[in-house]
Amino acid sequence: MTTASSSPSRRTDAAPGHGIDRSQPITITFGGQKYDAFAGDSLASALIAGGNLQTANSMYLDRPRGILAAGVEEPNGLVTVKARSEDDIDETMLPVTSVEATDGLEAFYVSGQGALDPTPDPALYDRKHMHADVLIVGAGPAGLAAARAALQGEARVVLIDKENRPGGSLLSSRTAQIDGTDGAQWAADTIAELSENPDFTYLSRTTAFGNYDSNYVIALQYRTDHLEPKHREGVSRQRVWHIRADQVVLAPGAMERPIVFSTNDRPGVMLAGAARTYTNRYGALPGQKIAVFTTNDSAYEAALDLHAAGAEIVALVDSREKASEAATAAAERTGAELSLSSAVIGTNASVMGDRLAAVSISELDADGALTGETRTVDADLLAVSGGFSPTVHLHTHRQGTTTWNTEIAGFVPNDDVTGEHCAGALTGDFSTQGALDTGTRAGAAALAAAAANAGFDPGSGSGDAKAPSAQVADEAPLCGAEVKPLWLVPSATGSTDDSFVDLQRDQAVSDIERAYGAGMTNIEHIKRYTSIGTANDQGKTSGVNAMAVLAHMIGEEDLGAVGVSGYRPPFTALPFAALAGRERGDLFDPARVTAIQPWHLEAGCEFEDVGQWKRPWFFAKDGEDMHQAVQRESKAVRDSVGYMDGTTLGKIEIRGQDAAEFVNRFYTNGFKLLKVGKGRYGVMCGVDGMIMDDGVTMRIADDRFLMTTTSSGAAAVFDWLEEWHQTEWPELDVTLTSVTEQYSTITVAGPKSRDVIAKVAPGLDVSNEAFAFMEFQDAELSNGVPARICRISFSGELSFEINVDAFYGLSAWKLVEEAGAEFDITPYGTETMHVLRAEKGLIIVGQDTDGTVTPDDAGLGWAVSTKKKHFIGKRSLEREDSQRPDRKQLVSVMSVDKKTVLPEGAQLIAKDADPTPKKGSVQDPVTPSNGQVHSYGFVTSSYMSPNLGRPFGLALIESGREREGEIMKSLVNGELVEVEIGPLCLFDPEGKRRDG
Amino acid sequence: MLLIDCPHCGPRDEIEFSYGGEAHVVYPEDPSVLNDAEWGRYLFYRENPKGDFAERWIHSGGCRKWFNAIRNTATYEFKGTYAMGEKAPTIKEGDAK
Amino acid sequence: MAETLPEHPDFLWAADPEPKKSYDAIVVGGGGHGLATAYYLAKNHGMTNIAILEKGWLAGGNMARNTTIIRSNYLWDESAAMYEHALKLWEGLTEELEYEMFFSQRGVLNLAHTLGDVRESVRRVEANRLNGVDSEFLSPEEVKEVCPILNISDNVRYPIMGGTYQPRAGIAKHDWVAWAYARKCQELGVDIIQNCEVTKVLKDGEKTIGVDTTRGRILAPRVGLAAAGHSSVVAKTAGVDLPIQSHPLQALVSELFEQVHPTVVMSNHVHMYVSQAHKGELVMGAGIDQYNGYGQRGSFHVVAEQMAAAVELMPIFARAHLLRTWGGIVDVTFDASPIVSKTEVEGLYVNCGWGTGGFKSTPACGWTFAHTIANDEPHEINAPFSLDRFTTGKLIDEHGAAAVAH
Repeated sequence: MTTASSSPSRRTDAAPGHGIDRSQPITITFGGQKYDAFAGDSLASALIAGGNLQTANSMYLDRPRGILAAGVEEPNGLVTVKARSEDDIDETMLPVTSVEATDGLEAFYVSGQGALDPTPDPALYDRKHMHADVLIVGAGPAGLAAARAALQGEARVVLIDKENRPGGSLLSSRTAQIDGTDGAQWAADTIAELSENPDFTYLSRTTAFGNYDSNYVIALQYRTDHLEPKHREGVSRQRVWHIRADQVVLAPGAMERPIVFSTNDRPGVMLAGAARTYTNRYGALPGQKIAVFTTNDSAYEAALDLHAAGAEIVALVDSREKASEAATAAAERTGAELSLSSAVIGTNASVMGDRLAAVSISELDADGALTGETRTVDADLLAVSGGFSPTVHLHTHRQGTTTWNTEIAGFVPNDDVTGEHCAGALTGDFSTQGALDTGTRAGAAALAAAAANAGFDPGSGSGDAKAPSAQVADEAPLCGAEVKPLWLVPSATGSTDDSFVDLQRDQAVSDIERAYGAGMTNIEHIKRYTSIGTANDQGKTSGVNAMAVLAHMIGEEDLGAVGVSGYRPPFTALPFAALAGRERGDLFDPARVTAIQPWHLEAGCEFEDVGQWKRPWFFAKDGEDMHQAVQRESKAVRDSVGYMDGTTLGKIEIRGQDAAEFVNRFYTNGFKLLKVGKGRYGVMCGVDGMIMDDGVTMRIADDRFLMTTTSSGAAAVFDWLEEWHQTEWPELDVTLTSVTEQYSTITVAGPKSRDVIAKVAPGLDVSNEAFAFMEFQDAELSNGVPARICRISFSGELSFEINVDAFYGLSAWKLVEEAGAEFDITPYGTETMHVLRAEKGLIIVGQDTDGTVTPDDAGLGWAVSTKKKHFIGKRSLEREDSQRPDRKQLVSVMSVDKKTVLPEGAQLIAKDADPTPKKGSVQDPVTPSNGQVHSYGFVTSSYMSPNLGRPFGLALIESGREREGEIMKSLVNGELVEVEIGPLCLFDPEGKRRDG
Repeated sequence: MLLIDCPHCGPRDEIEFSYGGEAHVVYPEDPSVLNDAEWGRYLFYRENPKGDFAERWIHSGGCRKWFNAIRNTATYEFKGTYAMGEKAPTIKEGDAK
Repeated sequence: MAETLPEHPDFLWAADPEPKKSYDAIVVGGGGHGLATAYYLAKNHGMTNIAILEKGWLAGGNMARNTTIIRSNYLWDESAAMYEHALKLWEGLTEELEYEMFFSQRGVLNLAHTLGDVRESVRRVEANRLNGVDSEFLSPEEVKEVCPILNISDNVRYPIMGGTYQPRAGIAKHDWVAWAYARKCQELGVDIIQNCEVTKVLKDGEKTIGVDTTRGRILAPRVGLAAAGHSSVVAKTAGVDLPIQSHPLQALVSELFEQVHPTVVMSNHVHMYVSQAHKGELVMGAGIDQYNGYGQRGSFHVVAEQMAAAVELMPIFARAHLLRTWGGIVDVTFDASPIVSKTEVEGLYVNCGWGTGGFKSTPACGWTFAHTIANDEPHEINAPFSLDRFTTGKLIDEHGAAAVAH
């Protein structure tokens, strides 16, 4: 050991130190001070070994506080752990009891509120799914016994435990032996033995934090923090386990409760079980002159252990009139004065510091009132035991109910969760033998149930498994005796202001009294009024005490009648990043790209997110901005030829005898008579009559159609077709296949497109006579690749679509590039596509429609068949509201100044309206001077058109078609701009360019 | 994460499924004969019980088949699943699967 | 040492009054909406011989479970009118109810991540302005100024392309709001009856005459249902079907941190919304679970997805810790707009279908629902939100168009 700690060492060899490796000294730095520790220490045990149990002061009242517990329930000691290496970051708000001490660790206390490290977290987090026949939570004696009993036959057994080593309560025991072996050793041996079976999985440092429907348990595993930095590389820092188990055995133990009395928050007041854990597990003695204050036998065992480890037991204060024989014997062995029917009613600190220096003890009469003289005893630690609360959290996550058990003064789980088996202290039996017995039974029962469900042979373990046998070395076990809870120790002054219930929230009995006085009798109201139970420990040490104080006030003995002891996930706090797992960055929502993507990347194009797709948005040449690029691309298509990657359009193949009938039921127009070799544009509505999708559908054969959909709507349309087929029209003979990913689609558009296609597909007669609009032909490309070429136009130009097997997409694209070189063929993206189609008044579903637009609204009334008896949505189009004459209709809009590009989303108001916007900072709302200013509609699409030589847009406007030629106004950047309403199609309205 | 017993594939995690709301709501034979109120009921009104509920699911990340289920909307417990076209199983109070 | 919140008043409501045999009106549901309705019935309409019947503990349903966001930047005129009326009431509510409720106008940012989002955002901002709702479209850099912890780089899957900002929007402390209304109801003589579940709405012909409850029969000629999703269960006992579906909606909270997040951030595209409450905890909401459920709990993967989105957008949250999750029950309609309406049964009124808009609407909902009950006629603000629209088709489609929930 090279660094001396500046505090006296409280490390003792007179205690077993089950959890530490005395041969592996380490050093930590806490609050700027160095502490010697051993591998296996927790931060808390290292500090206690260094003689320091004082934490930061409390958050609201600034009162000195100390370490209360040894586990996840710790309410006072919250720390920030500094980055553990150069590529780590700080983490705050961790219970000092939950952090494993590692060599070089630096940390400091925070007072109830942490500061987040703004440095991005470079650590890896991941997730793993696992199935188990039997999942056991907790590797104490009950969980280990359950594992032994369950690991039979073919059963896959998983044991998870939040600690760094197995043993649970055995690690805190000085004397427990099982089957003749030291308890902690037995735990390690049991794990070693079980681990020889490949069907057994043991996960340490893994906390089951949530228990969901059908035995879906989620657990967080710490994987690297305890490792040396060099061993962390490539290992995820934390892993979230998702375990679906046929049967679950819960063996999480119980948590000790503090006692509510005046000044019960002083540093040096510690749970008796925690004092015992620090001593036996870590060999760190938390005090030298120790007073013990209890309501049950368990603290006598702590007194014995503390005494054996060298501490002086200065007082044993017991609320009960009588202690058990074993307890009385134990008291004698410690040499402490035993005060029965008594309570600690206050604590004092030394003049020099905040830490406990003395306790005041008074007798209690039969009604619990103070009686007799108060005596004061010097002590530097007060070990308290208010009784134990079984850890019912995971049980209640599943809506399992609990019953208040007066015998143990705790809530115990009822047997009302399917596939769940409770064992150990959770059942209210706190003895080691009880843990082994209930664990063995639970394990065997779980095995039998799992074997029956899964149909495997449970082997010899089904039912009559023999439990291991526990012995305590030199005295009778101190468990199971009577508890006399002291929910509220009267204070000498009568004030309850410093009788604390929730230490982290600084809430005392007086706060509960106020809430009660305000009219609150439900524990949920009390919690909300006082904030008790909402801090980091989520009420683990305060919840039952708060209920009990309330019960005391309303004169109720059954705490179950006061409220429900239900808990919500998670059991312990979870880092956001661990839950995010690998779903970060590129894996957040993996992007879909086309086969032509490498070319797009090389061309340096900008991409647009369309659904999950990355689509080329525009291809800027050197120095061009988006506007310039789009103007160039748009002009190139109209003047010569352009090509675009259209692969992302959804494609659905529909086959079967009834394919025509099926397609016909979805589109508003007719498809039954569509000829083989031809395509038709169709609009699809929801049952509500609103446009849902559109696209061209081709008839490949009598019984075979290829439907195209919008890029982002493909999955929804596919689902839609399947739903109707399976749930309403199963009698129709159709089979649906999504083939979006199977084809690459290249659009070649512009006056020269025919020339390009002629070169690309030399065997194809591309003349207008042989290859008419809305027809398709199978062809072979010049590189031998088979293709289906269609004459479809979304730009109003002569236009072809080449469809090839996706595998050949890139080569086909390059073929078009080469063939088009002589015409200066120009690649274009979605922005140019939008300009071109908008010039033609062609809609983009989802941009020019929003789920409230009928086909007629969108200028597609021509595509709604009046002859068809039925299509989906038809009935809704006949409703009153669908027939309203003032519905918003899609029209074109043009700024009168011929300069202003209207923002998409701009609203249109009457020519004489004046919204008088207030100028000024963004804080100023526009407050219309005369109430709401009526909006007639809004701009859905807007572009600068090089082909029209002016900006233009599309807009949905009330009775829009009647308003052609009308001038309206729109607010653009705080200025009112005049806007002329025009016909939907502004470019080549006669459609002359379509055939070239 | 519900565990849903697909009638075609067996029990699978909820993330493989999509929900379809109330089961056995039949598309009207001839919507044109319904008045607006009747049509409105078909479009917008679904049962919303607290308790056993016949509902539709699709195993969208699996066999892609729609099926029906009886599930308790208060406890989330599945009382049974059955393929499209099959009759709903009779559920007795307290039946668990 | 952190600042403590001011203390609650010493008296809020009578702990356990006996219900009377009859009242002039009964409000079913002692949540925020029920309390606000009773308050405005008493205050605006002078109806003080009324009772609130709550099946559990007061304000223990969605009022205790929401993420407290208040805003009025809804797309459609009808919605903007309702929520802006609410916001104006919120702005005076602390004074009116004489109760500190931590109404904090820290603004709400709705992020845009795609060109489509940007388009919809601008549309909504422009529509808001014409409705007198303060609303701005911010560039990514301006977004960063409002909320410095947001990652506006291109280095994420869905980069932030801007966002709408409503400065007057914000948050309030939910329990405190409910208790503020409850205390005033108590002062005005309203009976607040807890642990009293309505089992049946009683009718004489097609007229409402009262209710049967777990604490006996209580008569009243007017019964207003403000029981969120449970309204459909209660209404059914009067033969009234409601076009709503109840779904779990989960939320979560972290431990306390020093303030880093000055506003409210919502992203519909990646499904997350987050604010930092007064004491320092991060309050977040997840997406709505897909299935119907009254269980006040949902599936964990929905929460995990939300975490991924949060850490993507706000990397500083990586090592914040999730402390508690919980579930509410949102009752949603086909058009994602509420129902505040008369029914075909005389004297039976319904207020439901608020989806994720319930908390923020509380004052306006109470105001208009009270008007509807008192006058047997809707207020002009809630007239468009009647049940008729499901027959005529005149929907107020907030999810199709505005694409912003919560």
